[in-house]
Amino acid sequence: MSETNLLKIENLTYYRGDRAIFDGLDLTISEGKITAIMGPSGTGKTTLLKLIGGQLFPDKGRILFHGQDIHKLSQDDLYEARRKMGMLFQSGALFTDMSVYENVAFPLREHTDLPENIIRTMVLLKLQAVGLRGAKDLQPSELSGGMSRRVALARAIALDPHMIMYDEPFAGQDPISMGVLMKLIATLNKALGLSSIVVSHDVAEVTSIADYCYVLSNGRVMAEGTPDELNNNDSEQTSQFLKGNPDGPVKFHFPALDYAEDLMESVK
Amino acid sequence: MINYAQRLGANAIDSFATAGRAAILLFRSIIRWPSLKDLYLTYIQLHSIGVQSLLIIAVSGLFIGMVLGLQGYTTLVKFGAESSLGPLVALSIVRELGPVVAALLFAGRAGSALTAEIGLMKATEQLASMEMMAVNPLHRIIAPRLFAGIIAMPLLASIFSAVAILGGSVVGVNWLGVDSGGFWSSMQSTVDWNNDVLNGIIKSVVFGFFVTWIAVFRGYDTVPTSEGISRSTTQTVVHASLAILALDFLLTALMFGEIV
Repeated sequence: MSETNLLKIENLTYYRGDRAIFDGLDLTISEGKITAIMGPSGTGKTTLLKLIGGQLFPDKGRILFHGQDIHKLSQDDLYEARRKMGMLFQSGALFTDMSVYENVAFPLREHTDLPENIIRTMVLLKLQAVGLRGAKDLQPSELSGGMSRRVALARAIALDPHMIMYDEPFAGQDPISMGVLMKLIATLNKALGLSSIVVSHDVAEVTSIADYCYVLSNGRVMAEGTPDELNNNDSEQTSQFLKGNPDGPVKFHFPALDYAEDLMESVK
Repeated sequence: MINYAQRLGANAIDSFATAGRAAILLFRSIIRWPSLKDLYLTYIQLHSIGVQSLLIIAVSGLFIGMVLGLQGYTTLVKFGAESSLGPLVALSIVRELGPVVAALLFAGRAGSALTAEIGLMKATEQLASMEMMAVNPLHRIIAPRLFAGIIAMPLLASIFSAVAILGGSVVGVNWLGVDSGGFWSSMQSTVDWNNDVLNGIIKSVVFGFFVTWIAVFRGYDTVPTSEGISRSTTQTVVHASLAILALDFLLTALMFGEIV
């Protein structure tokens, strides 16, 4: 990867209790690209985004955003860095006491002193970009899951960030919403010159829009490369994950006693 | 035995850690220079936790005053001292019942609502998304609620006391026939502004601070599941109620007990 690096993760180690979620993870996010981070459920994909956003602290290693170690920044500097990051939460995380319009206007009102007419124009531009200008007066409770994520996306790009992190953007979406979200991620990345990190386990969807992919397993990078390179990867574990085989190196059965022995326990 | 001691020790460490987190939350929320926006947000919260608690406070005050008037009259009349009904009602309400009962009601009505609201914001990642938008939820969400609670509580307690005294007079004067002039004039000559009214207001400010602090902390510190929010809401009401009663004893001892 010869492009400029926006984000660099070095030797990241993070424990939850006694369990290592990441154990010496290294990865790089290039500027202007869509980078997919995939992995089975429970590999800590969302945790990784929270570590990048400075909401969690690693036990070891560092995360460099624009060359700055996120976890060594003062609170003011961390907030300054976060203004350059947008994050789309899995649930959308819209403010339920505000309308769609107010949700998108929120970061603008908090961080700028722009007059109301400019804020209105900017909110309408962002909502138009996600196709929901007509829904500006609705409340979050009146939106479908896909619409909520699109509004959250409009809110995430309100301050024109350098990078957007998408947490499972396709989870639980119908095919149309999924298609819309895929198109939006790809279009916004290109039109706004963003860098995107898409965390997902929807392999087919995410590889169709990603420029580079990482597959995580057991707290490390199991495989990486362009979507084509990954498809040609001959590692059994990677191939099982990408093809969705129910059994392979990642076992179908959770570790347990010998089956016959376990059944005999009932007889005793 | 060792297990018991171990559990006791673990609980003690846990309690100290919780108190530490609560102190950090308080410190990070309110130690800063307030802006105009903070005033506006506090004003909004004053409506939601103050104005919307008015009905329960006023109705409870009315009934408590009426009961006090009735009970006071039936006891005092035995000694021919019914003219002291005014001071009895006013002093018990202004010094004790007003601040304490209003605070207990406030903990049940507004405290539990604050915990549930903030807890649900945490569970639905609204607080995390605010953080990621570089907006500090301690400033944007916690501080206005804390200030609104501290301002609303003495106002609510004053309204509670006024309505309760009115309730006492309705029962004593209008229904049971205590002399109106005697009722009000003896009240006026007995109730002292500094000693009674001001002390009652100080109590309610302290209660307001602690109830709101407990409520916002429990919401912010909740385990973000439905069970966690339910437990935090209960903890708010239980801990705030116990804190009110314990603080009431402490403040009463300091104000009226002449022990210092």
